Amino acid sequence: MSIEERVIEIITEQLGVTKEECVPEASFMDDLGADSLDIVELIMAMEENFGVEISDEELMKIRTIQDAIDFIKKKRGMVN
Amino acid sequence: MVSHISRRRVVVTGMGTVNPVGNTARETWEGLCAGKSGIAAVTRFDTSKCKTKIGGELKGFDPLRFVSAKEQRRTDEFIIYALAAAEMALEDAGLKIGKDNAERTGTIIGSGIGGLATVEKAKILLMERGPQALSPFMIPAVLANLAAGQIAIRSGAKGPINCTVTACASGAGAIGDAFRLIREGYADAMIAGGSEAVVTPLAFAGFNAMRALSVRNDRPEAASRPFDRDRDGFVIGEGSGIVILEELSSALDRGAHVYAEISGIGMSSDAYHVAIPPPGHEGAARCMRLALEDAGLEPSQIDYINAHGTSTPPNDIYETQAIKAVFGKDTRVAVSSTKSMTGHLLGAAGGLETIITAMAVEKGTMPPTINLDNPDSECDLDYVSGKARARDIRAALSNSFGFGGVNVVLAFRKFE
Repeated sequence: MSIEERVIEIITEQLGVTKEECVPEASFMDDLGADSLDIVELIMAMEENFGVEISDEELMKIRTIQDAIDFIKKKRGMVN
Repeated sequence: MVSHISRRRVVVTGMGTVNPVGNTARETWEGLCAGKSGIAAVTRFDTSKCKTKIGGELKGFDPLRFVSAKEQRRTDEFIIYALAAAEMALEDAGLKIGKDNAERTGTIIGSGIGGLATVEKAKILLMERGPQALSPFMIPAVLANLAAGQIAIRSGAKGPINCTVTACASGAGAIGDAFRLIREGYADAMIAGGSEAVVTPLAFAGFNAMRALSVRNDRPEAASRPFDRDRDGFVIGEGSGIVILEELSSALDRGAHVYAEISGIGMSSDAYHVAIPPPGHEGAARCMRLALEDAGLEPSQIDYINAHGTSTPPNDIYETQAIKAVFGKDTRVAVSSTKSMTGHLLGAAGGLETIITAMAVEKGTMPPTINLDNPDSECDLDYVSGKARARDIRAALSNSFGFGGVNVVLAFRKFE
């Protein structure tokens, strides 16, 4: 499973949204109905799944699904 | 004390419950009148090391009828049970909360302990995986007042909100406080009751350490036996009981069905011991007298008492003595303990027993005390042993007593 697929799987599980809603530009708060606590829990699930750590400052910058995917890839050294 | 202002009257117009005997108020009432026990071997966790292996768990309750899978994962069962009971109570009352009544509708849900199962799981996570592993939803799942909070969020009730945490008197305390808020004009309708979900290893271990629980593991359905010679402790039950209370004229204006009137409350403290009432239970007797006085009732007008009746050796004798102190040593008042069937729902007990007492008053039927095979020589009242009894009930009391020496008695009148 690609990182993208796994991220979307985690989001659908955690936020109770459908895969169709999980387009890359979807904002967690504006489009997927998440509040700040939802995002904390979501990021924790991603940290655990991908074995990465995301600081609170970094967390503030993650707004969309694409942001999350980019961050995980960066943390895992997959992009510069 | 009689107020110089004519008091507003408060009636029960809706009820919802999930408990070991039923997943609706109707199923519960029918089960109780048939003498059905909800006690069985515990399935929720491995009890092999526990002295007590029995309890009153919900049966066939589907949380997903009331909350999404996401909400279920994030919250504690005591909150889910309360959401279920409140939703059924609002529906039963036909009470729609909207712009015109939201600010005059409030919520008080008691819980003796709150989200204990969540605490237990979080502690394991903390030890095994460290502080970063905890969910941001752990604290809102643990806090006892979040049953009321979640009900208010979901129903839109914007009036007074509170949570009573007075052990086994929590549910009755919540209903009593809600009753007074309406009577005194702070609200016109209240969602009130209790919720508890402590069929957990920590609760069993803790109550076993106090020697408070029955260990009659070989015959679970016979374990809760209030007033019986061979009783050996209470049985933990789980669930929630929630009622809708309304000011009488606004309830009648919207054509609501009235189950019964709540007409008085007594509250007192034993100021004696953390867990055991004093012989004679003077605080309970005083509390019953206060409830009668508040309701403007004479002891002779009370036809039924839904007892606290826990099935612990001290409670049942002392409660019997307290009833005799108020009603006379030869009183023929009918008393039953429905905990013989439901087990002891702790902070939810007063909520559930308000439903049972209101139903008894409306239907003119006294639910029985089961398992009373050999009454204790010091327990010699009419306990409605074995079989439900059809009898007009003009007025009734519901007793709730809690650790910490808390006593709450609610008085009910038939609504005519």
